[in-house]
Amino acid sequence: MHDVVAQASNFIHLDVVNVTYLFLVGFVGGLVSGFIGSGGAFVLTPAMMSLGVPGLVAVASNMCHKFPKALIGAIKRAKYGQVDVKLGIALGISAEAGVLYGAHIQESIKKAFGDAGSNLYVSISFVVVLGVVGIFVLRDAWKTYKSGNMHAEEKITKIAKWVQSVNIPGTMVYFKSLDARISILFTIPLGFATGILAATIAVGGFVGVPSMIYVLGAPSLMASATELVIAFVMGVGGTFKYALHGMVDIRLAMIILGGSLFGIQLGAMGTTYVKPFMIKVVMGVIMVIVLFSRALMVPVYLSQLGLITTLTEETTKILKSTSFAIMIFALALGAFIVLRAMWQGRRAEQRELLEKLVHSKA
Amino acid sequence: MTAIEQKKRTKPVTPLILTGIVSVGLYIALLSNQNFLNNTFGKGGTFAFLPIITAFIFSFFHGTFTGHFWTMLGVEASKKKKEVK
Repeated sequence: MHDVVAQASNFIHLDVVNVTYLFLVGFVGGLVSGFIGSGGAFVLTPAMMSLGVPGLVAVASNMCHKFPKALIGAIKRAKYGQVDVKLGIALGISAEAGVLYGAHIQESIKKAFGDAGSNLYVSISFVVVLGVVGIFVLRDAWKTYKSGNMHAEEKITKIAKWVQSVNIPGTMVYFKSLDARISILFTIPLGFATGILAATIAVGGFVGVPSMIYVLGAPSLMASATELVIAFVMGVGGTFKYALHGMVDIRLAMIILGGSLFGIQLGAMGTTYVKPFMIKVVMGVIMVIVLFSRALMVPVYLSQLGLITTLTEETTKILKSTSFAIMIFALALGAFIVLRAMWQGRRAEQRELLEKLVHSKA
Repeated sequence: MTAIEQKKRTKPVTPLILTGIVSVGLYIALLSNQNFLNNTFGKGGTFAFLPIITAFIFSFFHGTFTGHFWTMLGVEASKKKKEVK
């Protein structure tokens, strides 16, 4: 308990600039999360750390803002019929186990190799997972765009067809997002992987959403909305775990939540205006850009571990700032695509209504 | 326009103001009691429920407020019924 009180004394002083900065980053993060189900949170931990917040407090406070945000987003998107609560809870429970296991891996690496080793593990996870999944998602979105069939019903993959065809007695459950009965056993590894990723890079949705789309056969809109349920389940458990050790800075969490609740409402509404493949576009673009951001940090950690020639302080500083700037750019670009798509969708709908009105008058 | 449609289009002024006042009140309380909150929430153990309860309270009032806020600005979901599958 003593270390806990010491941790509390590490809670930073907040001024108007800090509060505004966190509120705005929260808003943009919320906007992206409302649209793709996750993806807004990865920038918040480094954003808080850039203000001098200790790493663990930043992770804990991020987690504490995430679950109420996900709850509001899920409620909003449920009104549009996009949420599969049953699938979200099924995946969320195994994701919770994944979070605990992921945190255990992190602790073991930290014990064995120190902070630099732990950071290197996080960065390499970012690069590998985002490299494989991000490029796959973006390629799929590009194929849909090139085919000119953006309004067409999304086709389910061969893997998803197979998953939906397997019958394991006693484990079959009907999920409305899949409009099929699948074995609950398939959701366990997917949820678990989502949880491990959430504990490692703070965004489980980069595995959760694509796995619902490509492995289970859920439509993009429903997968991204259901991810909010998973984030809620994972977030409550994760927050409690960190709160037991007094790590949550409730001020930071609630200020970010203040901005992100404005954003998540907007992002959720945005999904009703866009073509489903836009979910994949935003997710893929963010993943690929963030991949570069984290890749820049790999030499820094390798140098700290003595695995390559030591980098100068100047070079380390440049790499760190560039990496953070690219991360902010990724989020801002994602938010821009969401807002632009929403704006275009609204204008098209208004034009259509006007035409109908003119037509009916004529 | 039918009475029902008219009712649907009414802007949620009163709920916006009410939830807005509660939301601002919550944030004032949060920022003006920083030391107390840091010390209490930082204790951990059985106090672990506090951040979770706080987050639920903020999300209820502030979440409702932000929803009404965008409605007041005329930003709403598409009127077209979207076929998800």
